[in-house]
Amino acid sequence: MKKLLLTTIIALAMLGFSAVAAVAETIKIGAILAVTGGASFLGAPEARTLEMLAEELNEQGGINGKKVELIIRDSAGSPERAMSFTRQLIEEQRVFAIIGPSTSGETMRIKQIAEGGRTILISLAAAEAIVNPLARYVFKTPQNDRFAAMQIFKTMNDMGISKIAVVSGNTGFGQAGRNQIAQIAPDYGIEILENEVYDSRATDLSALVTRLMSNREVEAVVNWSIVPAQAILARNMRQAGWEVPLFQSHGFGNIRYVEAAGRAAEGIIFPAGRLLVADVLPADHPQKEVLVTYQENYEARFNEPVSTFGGHAYDAFHILVRAIEEAGTDREAVRDAIENMQGFVGTGGIFNFSATDHNGLDIDAFSMLTVKDGQFVKLEQ
Amino acid sequence: MTVELFIQYFFAGITYGIIYAIVAIGFNIIYNTTGIINFAQGEFVMLGGMISISLNAFFPLPLAIAGAVLITMMVGALVEVSFIRWLKSPSVIRMIIITIGVSILIREIALHIWGESVRALPYFLGDEITTIQILGARISPQVLWIIGVCTIIVIALSLFFRYTMHGQMMRACAANRTAATLCGISAKNMVTFSFMLSAGIGALAGAVMSPVTYTEYDIGTGLAIKGFTVAILGGLGNSMAAVAAGLLLGLLEAFSVTVVPLAYQDVIAITILLLIIFIRPHGLFGRKDAAGLKEF
Repeated sequence: MKKLLLTTIIALAMLGFSAVAAVAETIKIGAILAVTGGASFLGAPEARTLEMLAEELNEQGGINGKKVELIIRDSAGSPERAMSFTRQLIEEQRVFAIIGPSTSGETMRIKQIAEGGRTILISLAAAEAIVNPLARYVFKTPQNDRFAAMQIFKTMNDMGISKIAVVSGNTGFGQAGRNQIAQIAPDYGIEILENEVYDSRATDLSALVTRLMSNREVEAVVNWSIVPAQAILARNMRQAGWEVPLFQSHGFGNIRYVEAAGRAAEGIIFPAGRLLVADVLPADHPQKEVLVTYQENYEARFNEPVSTFGGHAYDAFHILVRAIEEAGTDREAVRDAIENMQGFVGTGGIFNFSATDHNGLDIDAFSMLTVKDGQFVKLEQ
Repeated sequence: MTVELFIQYFFAGITYGIIYAIVAIGFNIIYNTTGIINFAQGEFVMLGGMISISLNAFFPLPLAIAGAVLITMMVGALVEVSFIRWLKSPSVIRMIIITIGVSILIREIALHIWGESVRALPYFLGDEITTIQILGARISPQVLWIIGVCTIIVIALSLFFRYTMHGQMMRACAANRTAATLCGISAKNMVTFSFMLSAGIGALAGAVMSPVTYTEYDIGTGLAIKGFTVAILGGLGNSMAAVAAGLLLGLLEAFSVTVVPLAYQDVIAITILLLIIFIRPHGLFGRKDAAGLKEF
């Protein structure tokens, strides 16, 4: 009798669970973003973008009638936190897919966890190592660092610059950029005369500028860092009266950094996706509509200018939604749908994924911009 | 090295140094009256910068800075009254942990108020690329502002401690708390006052340096570590020694760039800190027997 009772209870309990599962008509999407901390300039606009998109989508009735439940976790840029959040999202929350993390260092640490948990991961970090070597479930939306460095060197060739100084912050982003630059520079006949790393929290770089300036052969400076150093460097260079061209990484893609550097930002050259020049793109450009819509919605809602980083989150979210629309809620089918996605027009460029390319962008995703009268404009030569 | 390069490095070093010195003086004021190291000192500097930037949207610059200094002084007083004052003979380690907690608290509150973005006051004179030439080197006028304001703070402080009643009362508390209490000085009020004073000094420095260094919610920690190094280097409690030690560290950092890669700049500060702790725990300018009488 007791046994029967127990069996009944267990059976009822199981029934109960399955009933709960049937009621849950939402699709859980996890997001691990550096909303606070040193990389918050990435994570904060990404989190805002995702919240905005999820809300819009749910107002329109969700994906195939299913609402999206967005679970955002703030990793503060720490790989350790990103790892534990990944486990939590996969094992406890049982999310359908994860968007993020914001930084390359975090992504590299959770790549294997996502792979082991067979959970789709769409990273918002730039390092090429995220998708090379390829992991079955891991994708990324930002353009590769390498394309940014290649665009910079192409521009230098056009300008007749061959001897440069490279400075970078001591972050994962700075290190990845520094390695790419050193690797690619010989292909373009460019010689690196000075190579310096500074503390990413540095408050003044005038001593560094003086040191670089004393090498009279340097024809241009390439800086690979995040805020605030990229504005401080620009100011210190111009204050010291050093007029060589300053190239920045694609990390300069936020108009606030121009405001921070003020008049010293004039003439800075950097590669960026087209989001920053959306309003001056020709009307027939394939990305025009996507870019303008995102920019208008974001700026109207959050009252701050868009940055390319929020755009990466926009792309990741829409790629995922489109794949779920096509393939339903079977995870394997969705993964295949992303891998086979062609001609997806996003903010970062036009994505063409394949079984060997989980980024889907090429060098054309970047164009060279410069700062003129406090605004981003296309670089004219 | 040419003269103009030398001058350029020199001014970079002086700028770093005087900023470190101001943070160190903030440490010293509180140390003198309470015997503790207030690790929230860097946060006072951050608050000074942040509040003056916010106020500057509504008021002219001098008023905004004055307002920021006043508000930060209130915060300093609030910190003391709510976290330190009611403790009865707390251990040094407990007080230090409390100040670390307070620094995290202020940082998180700042994150909620101002967000994660980097801000700066406008340059006081000219703009980002205005420079003045000194012996062939080009210096931003803001650097001279920083040096000037910090020098005035140092001079005003030493006059205050020497000649005013309040300053003498604070020194009395530092020298012998029991004796000072017996003479009718409220030691508790002096402690509150010392928190206000060091918060105000930090805030003023934070506002003046923000055009050059930028301000964001978490700059405090880095400043606190450098300031602490300088305070130890000079000898805890001695404000004039802190200025000398600050300039020494700043110049060392600036000129080190010529011989070692920039990435090792912070190694220099930490190495000095360790060496001092091992070899001369009483600091470059402190006296060994005097240091022996202190609890910490």
